[in-house]
Order: sequence, then C-alpha cells, then structure tokens
Amino acid sequence: RMNLDEISCDKLATSIVFFFCLSDVSCNSVEQKIYVELNNTVPCVRLLNATHQIGCQSSISGDTGVIHVLESEADLEWPLSKGPNPPYMVLLESSLFTRSIMMKMKNESNRVAGVAVVVPNTSPPEFSPHTTCPNENTGVYSDNYGPNLAHCNTTVWNPRGNGLSYEEFDFPVFSLKEDNETEFIKQCYLDHNRAVNGSAPQYPLCAMQLFSHMHAVTNTPTCMRRNDINFSINPEMVCDPLGDYNVWGSIRPYNDTVFGHKENESVVIAAARLDSRAFFWEVSTGAEGSVSGFVTLLAAAQALREVTHEAPPTRNILFAFFQGETFDYIGSSRMVYDMENGKFVIDLDNIHSVLEIGQVAVHSGTNLFLHSDPVSRRNNTVNDEVKNLVNNLQSSTAGLSFLLVEPNVSQPLPPSSLQRFLRAQPIPGIVLADHESAFNNRYYESFYDNAANLNLTYPSDLSPEEQLEFVTDTAKSLTDVATVVARALYKQAGGNESLVNNIKADPKIVTQMLYGFLVSSNNSWFQAVMAPELKNILSRYGACVHPSPPEYYVGVAMSSTPTRLVQYLLANLTGAATNLTQSQCQKPDELPNESRQMYSYLWVQGIVPPNSTERDSFCVRASVRLTKAVSPAFELGEYASKDYSTWTESRWKFIKARIFLVASRDLEMLTLGVGVAVLFTSLLVTYFISTKADVLFSSTREPASAAY
Amino acid sequence: MTASVFFGCTFIAFGPAIALFLFTIARDPLRVIFLIAGAFFWLCSLLLSSLVWFITVQISNKESSSQQKGLLIFGVVLSVLLQETFRFGYYKLLKKANEGLLMLSAEETMPISIRQLAYVSGLGFGFMSGAFSMVNILADSVGPGTIGIHGDSQHYFLSSAFMTMAIILLHMFWGVVFFDSCEKQHWWSLAVVVISHLLVSCLTFQNPQYVGSLVPTYIIVFLVGLWAFFCSGGSLRNLKLCLTCKDKDFLLANHRPR
Repeated sequence: RMNLDEISCDKLATSIVFFFCLSDVSCNSVEQKIYVELNNTVPCVRLLNATHQIGCQSSISGDTGVIHVLESEADLEWPLSKGPNPPYMVLLESSLFTRSIMMKMKNESNRVAGVAVVVPNTSPPEFSPHTTCPNENTGVYSDNYGPNLAHCNTTVWNPRGNGLSYEEFDFPVFSLKEDNETEFIKQCYLDHNRAVNGSAPQYPLCAMQLFSHMHAVTNTPTCMRRNDINFSINPEMVCDPLGDYNVWGSIRPYNDTVFGHKENESVVIAAARLDSRAFFWEVSTGAEGSVSGFVTLLAAAQALREVTHEAPPTRNILFAFFQGETFDYIGSSRMVYDMENGKFVIDLDNIHSVLEIGQVAVHSGTNLFLHSDPVSRRNNTVNDEVKNLVNNLQSSTAGLSFLLVEPNVSQPLPPSSLQRFLRAQPIPGIVLADHESAFNNRYYESFYDNAANLNLTYPSDLSPEEQLEFVTDTAKSLTDVATVVARALYKQAGGNESLVNNIKADPKIVTQMLYGFLVSSNNSWFQAVMAPELKNILSRYGACVHPSPPEYYVGVAMSSTPTRLVQYLLANLTGAATNLTQSQCQKPDELPNESRQMYSYLWVQGIVPPNSTERDSFCVRASVRLTKAVSPAFELGEYASKDYSTWTESRWKFIKARIFLVASRDLEMLTLGVGVAVLFTSLLVTYFISTKADVLFSSTREPASAAY
Repeated sequence: MTASVFFGCTFIAFGPAIALFLFTIARDPLRVIFLIAGAFFWLCSLLLSSLVWFITVQISNKESSSQQKGLLIFGVVLSVLLQETFRFGYYKLLKKANEGLLMLSAEETMPISIRQLAYVSGLGFGFMSGAFSMVNILADSVGPGTIGIHGDSQHYFLSSAFMTMAIILLHMFWGVVFFDSCEKQHWWSLAVVVISHLLVSCLTFQNPQYVGSLVPTYIIVFLVGLWAFFCSGGSLRNLKLCLTCKDKDFLLANHRPR
C-alpha cells in the first residue's frame, strides 16, 4: 500500500495531507509512523498526608526507557546492572509485582525509567498492597488508650499486606490490561530488544515513554500552602483534599435545620463504609472490603421498613454510610467532629450503641464474628450494653445456617469507623466481620478484590437482564446476614419482640444490588432508582464500553458514583413513593403535609412500562441526607494534624503512555555531524563562488555593464 | 529522535540554501523581494494542485488502493506541470516588471539583470518547496522516537533531508536554465527542464528504497547544475582560472573592476 509521505512531499505537501485527514481517510502523518499511543493504561498517582508523599512521579517531559520484559526476579540484574542501554522500562507480569522486586528497582532508580504492570484477568493466590496495620495512627488505640493493643501488637489485621501502596517511587508505574496493546508491546520487545547469545541487542530498540507528572510535593501542608499563592488571575492549584459525602438515613426523620443534642433521644447507629482503594488510581472494586458490608446494611434497612412503620421501636435507628474510611477515617471522623461541635442532628450523648458491618463475605456454614473494644468494656455500663447487643445478635440467627461468635482472645477492634466514635466517647459497639483475627480477605484494598473474590458467578447463558435477576449463592448468604442485622437492630432499638421473626431481607434486592455494584452498574434497576440528571454516571465513558462496576475510590471531585447510588437506593428502599409532580417534588414546602426540613424529596426515573418508551418517573420522600465527608483537618486549617486525616491527591496536567523505537546515540551524532559538515562546506563554497562570481560567469555576450 | 537529529537534518536540508541566501541575496533588498515573490508563486501553484487533488480524491473510490495509487501519480504529474507553468508565469511577470523598473529608476541600466532574477526566483521556489517538504518531518524528529515500529525504514529523516537539499538545488538550477531558454526562445531546453523535473518527482516513487531514488536524483542535480553553470556564462577556462588563483591577473589584463 502506497504511503503518502514516502513520495516526495514537496509535490503533495502538508496541506494535502491535512485535507486528507479532514475527510476521515486514515491519516498517515509522520507522528503515526513513529509513536503508538497506549490507551488502556491506569497510572499510579501521588497522594500526600501530613508528613509524607506516596505514590509515583514522572519527570515533566515523560520518562523514556528501553522496554525489558522481566521473566523472573533473577532477571532483574539485566535492567539494574548488566544491561548496556539504561534506563530501562520494566514490564512485569502481576506475579512478579512484589515488594522485593519493586524495592530493588526503587533503590536503583537511575537505571529504571518506569514500570508497567500487566494485570491479568485471573487473580493471583493473594495480593494486598495495603499496609499490615491499616489506619494504625488514627484509630482509637494509642499510647494512651490500650497501648498494648496499639500498632497491631496483638493482632496483625492484614498479614498479607506488602505496603506497596504506601511507598514512594520516583519513576512512573502504569498498569496495562492483558489485551492487544500489551501483545503488541511484547512483540515489539521480542523483535528488537532480545539479546542474542549474550551480546547486546542492536539498535533501534523498542522503548516506552510514560507521562504522569504530579504537581504536589513533600506533604500536605506544603501543597496546601502552595495552593494559596495568588500570582495570577487563575491560581495554580497543586493538590486537593480527598473527600466526598456520607449518606445517612433514619427510621424516624430528623429536622435537618435543628442541630445538637436532642433531649430524650436515643439512637442506635448502624454503620458501614463505602470506599476502598488500590495501588493504581481509581481502579478499586472493594468487593469483600466494602461492598459486602454496605449491601448488607442496605438490605437490612429495607427489611426494617415495614415493621418500623407498623410498630415503631422506642429508639431511633440511624443508618450511616461513611466515605473515605480507607484514608484514615475521613467520613466517620467528620461525623464525630460534627456531632462534637453541634453541627449534626444528634450528638454523641444521643448515641445508645453502634453496630458496624465490616467485611462479611460469608459462605454458607461459616461463622461470623462479633468484635468489640476491650478497653471500653472495662466500664461496666458499657460492658453490659455490649453484652446486650451480643445477645440480640446471637438470638437473631435462629433458623439460619451460621452462628455469631465472639472471638476468644482479648483483641482490639479491627480497623472500623467505630474506633473514631470511641475516640470521642466510650460507646458500646460491635463490629460484625467474617474474620476472627486476621482478615480472610486475600486481596484487601487491591484491584483483585472483585466479584470473583466473593464467588459471584452467573450461569454463562444468561443475558445481562437475566443476570440482574438471578439469585446467586452469595446473595443468599448476604441476605441471611442482612436478616440477622435487621432483627438485631430492631431488638436493640426496643422494638416489639413478637414481630422480630417477620423481619426478613429480600434476596432479590440483595442480588440486584450485588450485580449492580460488582458487575455492571448500568442496569435497568439502577437506572430506575436514579435521578434523570445523574443517569450518566452509571455508565462510564459512553455507552459502547463493556459493562463495568463503579469505582470505589473516594476521589477529590465530590461526585463519587457509589455515594449517589447508595443515597438513591436507601431512599427507594426506606422511603415512600408519593404522588407529587416533578415541580412539586422540587418545592414540596408549598404543600401542607410535606416538609423539606424533615424529609428529602428525590425525583427518580422509575421503570419503563412494557408497552411504552417513557419512564414512569415519580417523587420519593425519604429521610435520607448527605453530609460532607471532608476531613476536619481541612476545616480547621490544621494541615499537619495528627488526629484527623490529612490525605490529599496531587493534580496533574496529562497522563499518557506511548511506545516507539529509539535510535542509537551514534547515529544521532552522525546525523548532526553530517549536517554541520554540509553547512560549513556550503558556506565555504558559496563564499568562494560569490567572491569570484564575476570571473566565473564572465564569458557572456551581455554588455559589460551587467552588474553582478 | 531528539534535538541532534533535528539540527542535523535542518542543516543538511537547508545548509546550501542558507549559505546562498546569506552570501548572495541578503545584502540586496531587491533580490530579497524577488526571492519572496518567487516563493509565493510556488505556493500558489501548490495551492492550485492541492485543490485539484482534494476534489479528485473526494469523488474517487476511497477503498480501491489501485485507484488511489493512480490518483497519486496523477497528482504528482499535475503538480509538476503546474509548478513549471507558474515558473513561466513568473518569468512573464518579471519581464514586464523589468520594463517598469527601468522607467522608475534614475540610472540608465537595469538594477537587476534577468540572469540574476532567474537565480533568485529559482532559489525562492526551492526555499518554499524545501520548507513544505521538510518542516513537518523536522517537527516530528524532535521527539524521542524514530520511525520503524510499524516496519518502515529507519533512515527516513536522513533521506528526506538529502532529498530536500537536492530539490532546493534543482529548483535553483532549473530557474536559471528555464529563464535562459525563455530568453533565447530555445523551447526544447524548456521541455528538458520539465521532463527532468518530472523524472525527479517520479523517482521518489521508489521510496523506501532510498538508494534507488537518491542516487539518480543527485546525478541529475550534478548534470543540471553543470548545464546551469554553462547557461549563466561559466566555462571550463574560467573555472580553471579561479581554482588556480590566476584570476587576479586575468582581471588586470581585462581591466575589469572587482
């Protein structure tokens, strides 16, 4: 096939090529012959806290390195010492993405230009880039409170953690999928970069360039100070605090404008966390780590809806979903701070007890464990209340296939939002989890904690809509857990004992939630419960991408998809459908019985009836609210705070990756030398000719007056 | 391929042209004006030929590659013919301008001879043609990568630079020969210029066998250069005189001022 640019370009110049490109014909510009852009890459970005920076950084004009596909740990000596063409861009299979290899490359980082990790579709046996002791400095255990329990002295919660997510690398690390692009890269490596029989590979070599320059440096106080420098009309921000919104809802509504302590109000809080993270930016699935917990809590809230309308319990039940818990308890610390400072509808003295749902990936027949804080239980009132809560929980498992057991040894609470409540005040509380001591989750806070980790499998011949409705075994187990939680909450809130056995969670709702949160968020049920203006967040990057679940990284944009989904789901599952029109739904205060202060009114899309194309939208009235989940450190301006989360994410201009061939330095210098030689020669020759022009060109028949 | 390749290719492609400009044209404003006008005429010819090309490509069958190849050859030939036509048009314009200049100027003689105009206009054509050939290639040569990941030859930048140098020199020589033959009404030498231009352009269809296109091109450069040298009044005797540094005596003997 003839290529345009090979022909002498002065005949068909750039303007023709430009027109060619405009008319949608494949554009053979020179740049396309040199570079191949890599589109399906995910970078690792820089995060900062009060004292450190973690993550990866590239130089501002990208880092270029000769590709080397690592075959084993011993092969690492080629890029690190033996290879003749440093710096190298090391391509790793996920089985080699270990702490020892990454640390070795970090130490020799002048020979390593960057790392690309190929993430396969199947998970390795175990992998957790998180630390072994999550959130150890912002929990309740410290030198003042249970010092022998602090810093995981008794129980190491995440023993498989290799801490890679919290290391700092000064080269870029990108992740690639196992697809055609990666095959092309490996083929390029095999064609050009292989050393034949021990001799150095010949130029040109296949190289990769990664751009992920981060603007923030050092730590959060430094980058927040730099944010405030006002040199121009558009000040350059370098970092943003992590944060989003917490979702909370209650059985009996609260007036949203009356804050502070409420007399004679006793509340049982049921909590779960919403977010998770992974080593690479934004790619976090958190199936066992967070989704199992909040789906259970949503199902329990739905199970309680009917019985609390018929026979309301004496105490109120408040369902709280916290965002940002992975990063030193952003959401729960903010809620506790608001309660302490009278900025929330209740305060800490109104809390009767707390039940938190942790990681509950239960399989049928296994037991669940009830973790409590031994230090606060030394107080008898708290201890009695905790025993009461344990009783309520254990008696709720009647007729179900598992038991709720308290751990044998006296061990601290696992990392959980309850720890932040305990930091403020001793409150009786239980954390429900599937692990007795160390986590069972083999992929805690990694990109492998996905649907497969929960054994969420569907028969292969089902369409997406059929998969949505199919009740999986995982859903059945989680439904049982939700039933237990709902019954225990009802009893804990002082409800009518005889009605407890009627409380049952709905497996259909649970399985639909699991499908939507772990397989594909763009399904008909999620579309039906969402608001029309938010329906685009369910499908990322347009409609033609294959189905994907939402990302659970808390982020900085305050527009995280899981938060919105949980808000609308909680509203639909605990609230009531009304007959209000859309305009009435936006201004409900004009109607006599409706009040925006007591409830929130959400206009949702509704389902599409079988015989029409228009959606049956309606107005939902629910006592579901969003509260800001940004760390109190940023409200107070204490960027070096040791008490609150100070995590920020750096900003960047662009992130991209591309591969190309590089020529040898000798050839480049030769080109330059030839160019300079040609220039000098032509200058000399021209000088010679121009000074002797009248002699050289003198044999002319023109008159002698011709001027040269 | 980094800055060294960028500067190397720039110097290779534009070295002779820059040298000629610096030493022979830059001091005389009239020559600069005619150089730029010549460049503009070449640009007009390119615009016209690209317009025709664009229209024919739009109405053609984009899928058929043999048709596209045929269109390419057609485009090349059309472009060459249009360039030579515009060169002829520039010649006519300059003849008219010369009469006007003579009327305006205070001296009796013309400030610039038609032979100088031929050289300047040819160089103008060459500058613009070289710019359009090389500039986008130079822009891409600055980056860290070189051509080849899809299997193309590595020597693209270097051979483009040499080709561009050849084209610039050729345009200059063709200008001289063209104007000379128009003056002397030697239509056959005009035809030879057009045919050699066509030949050089069609030689580029040999790429990526760069040897096959560059070597004959440089042979043609040498031959046309010789022809232009003789057209513009050079001779072997003059060359020998210059080279053996006997020119001073020659000038004294002929009472010719330096």
